[in-house]
Amino acid sequence: MITGFLLSGFDRRARWTVAVLAALALLVPASNLLLPEDSLLHVSTYQLTLFGKYLTYALLALSVDLVWGYCGILSLGHGAFFALGGYAMGMYLMRQIGARGVYADPLLPDFMVFLSWKELPWFWHGFDMAWFALLMVMLVPGILAFVIGWFAFRSRVTGVYLSIITQAMTYALLLAFFRNDMGFGGNNGLTDFKDILGLPIQAPATRAALFAASALTLAFAYVIASAVTASKLGKVLVAVRDAESRTRFIGYRVERYKLFVWTLSAVMAGMAGALYVPQVGIINPSEFDPSASIEAVIWVAVGGRGTLVGALVGAVVVNFGKTWFTGALPEVWLFALGGLFVGVTLFLPRGIVGLFARLRRGDAGGRTAGIPAGEAAP
Amino acid sequence: MRPIRLIAAVCVCLLSVLAASAATIADSELTGFVRALGQGDFDDTERAVAALAATGDERVAGILDRLGAGDLMVRKADGAVFVAAKAGKDVALADPVTGADAGTAPKAGVEKIKVNNRLRRAIASAVGNLTLMSPDPATRRAAAEAVLKSADPAVLPVLDKAIAAETVADVRATMQVARATAVLASDAGEADKEAALSAIAGLGTRDALSLISPYASAEGPLGDAARKAAAGIERSMLLWDAAQNVWYGLSLGSVLLLAAIGLAITFGVMGVINMAHGEMVMIGAYSTFVVQETIRAYAPSLADYALPLSLPVAFVVAGGVGILIERSIIRWLYGRPLETLLATWGVSLILQQAVRSLFGANNREVGTPGWMAGSFDVGQMQVTWPRLWIIVFALAVFLALIAALKHTPLGLQMRAVTQNRAMAASMGIRTPLVDALTFGLGSGIAGLAGVALSQIDNVSPNLGRGYIIDSFMVVVFGGVGNLWGTFVGAMTLGIANKLLEPYAGAVLGKILLLVFIILFIQKRPRGLFALKGRAVEQ
Repeated sequence: MITGFLLSGFDRRARWTVAVLAALALLVPASNLLLPEDSLLHVSTYQLTLFGKYLTYALLALSVDLVWGYCGILSLGHGAFFALGGYAMGMYLMRQIGARGVYADPLLPDFMVFLSWKELPWFWHGFDMAWFALLMVMLVPGILAFVIGWFAFRSRVTGVYLSIITQAMTYALLLAFFRNDMGFGGNNGLTDFKDILGLPIQAPATRAALFAASALTLAFAYVIASAVTASKLGKVLVAVRDAESRTRFIGYRVERYKLFVWTLSAVMAGMAGALYVPQVGIINPSEFDPSASIEAVIWVAVGGRGTLVGALVGAVVVNFGKTWFTGALPEVWLFALGGLFVGVTLFLPRGIVGLFARLRRGDAGGRTAGIPAGEAAP
Repeated sequence: MRPIRLIAAVCVCLLSVLAASAATIADSELTGFVRALGQGDFDDTERAVAALAATGDERVAGILDRLGAGDLMVRKADGAVFVAAKAGKDVALADPVTGADAGTAPKAGVEKIKVNNRLRRAIASAVGNLTLMSPDPATRRAAAEAVLKSADPAVLPVLDKAIAAETVADVRATMQVARATAVLASDAGEADKEAALSAIAGLGTRDALSLISPYASAEGPLGDAARKAAAGIERSMLLWDAAQNVWYGLSLGSVLLLAAIGLAITFGVMGVINMAHGEMVMIGAYSTFVVQETIRAYAPSLADYALPLSLPVAFVVAGGVGILIERSIIRWLYGRPLETLLATWGVSLILQQAVRSLFGANNREVGTPGWMAGSFDVGQMQVTWPRLWIIVFALAVFLALIAALKHTPLGLQMRAVTQNRAMAASMGIRTPLVDALTFGLGSGIAGLAGVALSQIDNVSPNLGRGYIIDSFMVVVFGGVGNLWGTFVGAMTLGIANKLLEPYAGAVLGKILLLVFIILFIQKRPRGLFALKGRAVEQ
């Protein structure tokens, strides 16, 4: 049954996306590991890690698109789910360091020894096992999203108010994780990782494997998201986005649909964070910064919300631009990003993907099904 | 020789008691007393100090201070006493009484008057006695405070005299406390000591607590009384601390009010989420900086008035930028609040970077005018002028805004558009114009907030970032479209924040408040004072 459900996600666009991602997962690591360094097609380890990071961002964008593009919930706190997944992975990686830390304590991570903690806090137990950490990567953001969503959707907190709540949530977590006595390394966060699954984390082969894992996870998540949006449930979600009250009056329990997609999306964001941390080698509270969450929203807007592939395109394009700008013209980057926010909302409400679709059809505008027609309009 | 000197000293004492009322004696006579300091051993010097102090001459305190500091030397040749200072290989001498220059002497020709600890105490006490009777109230107060620290029972007689003669009320109060501590340290009866305890307890300050606490561990009725007094002081200190925190809370609340009130207008009237609101505050702060620099450069005499002069400038600049944003961006996005949110976030990034490019990333210094500096005490609460001014300013802005909304044509139109945009438009109100002016007004008020914040926060491109989330919390908590809601919301959050801080710490307190607001919105999704009726479903 599940296979059948997932197969329903394989529309034409999904087939292409999955094929591209699978090819990337195979070819990029191969070019990095097998081709000689002076080859034209060689991908350096730096580029590999950078692209791997983009892929995790794409996964985060996909999760934002699922709730915003299809259900009209503008989350300004998805970075929190991303960071929580990242912290769960970071805790596993910290436990993997073992006695090789600066203070060589077999049990306690360095920062705890530094703060003269005597024993491991209860919430750090179990993170020495990979399966437990992976479970937590999904459960922690999932449960938080479920609780927040349960309360918020039941009391019909919608639109701008929900956005502000999610922003307050990530801001509160930002402040909390900055505290040293939370037991998450304070403002330094978790870093200096050594091994993942027993493999040295800096080794090119491990990095190539992480890249492949990111690409395949993204492909898998894409299929799930595609299946969800193509299903009957997905149609109800779009109905909620376009006319929430009307959907409720017809007899759908709107809050349940919202809660489902909201929690699913948070789990995806958590997985993105978990893949992000071993590749960049650090997780610290700045990932909780509200501006990081808003940036994730703009990736989706640039790519084209309400189209799953748009989220992927947007995340990669914007982050590629960010890498280039912050390297070449650092003072221009904020102008460019700000201009992107303004320009896309004013002139490209359907993003890059929408633009291409329109150009291909050759029509000058006109709204089509599946593309948001402006939310919360009375 | 010795007995004769002793008799002489006693006689001098008697004489000087008679002379004390005169307070000044002839130079030559005083020189005689000073000379006695340099003769004999420590005991002799101590007697000489007592004799000198008993003259009550106003110059004595200075001379005794020099003695305590080890500046007095005896010329071996004739036994005369001088104030000595190093001058190359030799020592420069000055007359201790008149201060006149007395030439130099070789080092070997003079000898320092040695001072031991007992003598030092005697000197301190004697100086205290002398200064307690000084004609200058500030000197008397300082002396009383010195006695308060030393708690020397030996001063009691002089202190009693000083209290009787004291005319300045608060100096007398300090003296009485000093007297009470001295009584506690003396061997007076239980009743006297208990009276002294209650006199100290009446102060209710932290200092009083530390004066009493040594006796709280004692046995018997005195210990009981001390414990009771200490408990009473702790209670009153708790109350004063709470009052101080409420005051800080009011001050924080008015900052929040200033920052949030403009947001409340744009959010309430237009349903627009203006993420660039914090940057309007920042622009206001930078306008203040520019006005201040201009005045410093061209009209330094007006420097004290730079702040009030910045108010109109900040209002116009921030309001102008606001109207520009509304006309160029926001008006295309009406009815799509979430997209406005994203676009204004973009605007905020651009404004931040623009200011960073123009003024640099470092903090800019905005001075505090002289008339705003300083503080005063209310009971045991410290009230600083800048905080008081900000509270006054926030209230003034708030009331002015309420009045403007109630009594001006623009206010009337704004309220009409808030309540029912379509109906207002059909009644002939030009809603686009009202929108632009409303946005300008909200931004202008943010600019005013920036002027106030330049006094208590760093003027940097990131200034606005720190306030935007708090401002949203205030508006959402208070209820959209209701200025009184914003007022209550700001003050509640400000005071709650400051009351939580001592118990939970600054960061945890803030987290608790955020969690509280998140839960609160679940319960009342439209805030404390929600609009009712049809407006809700818009």
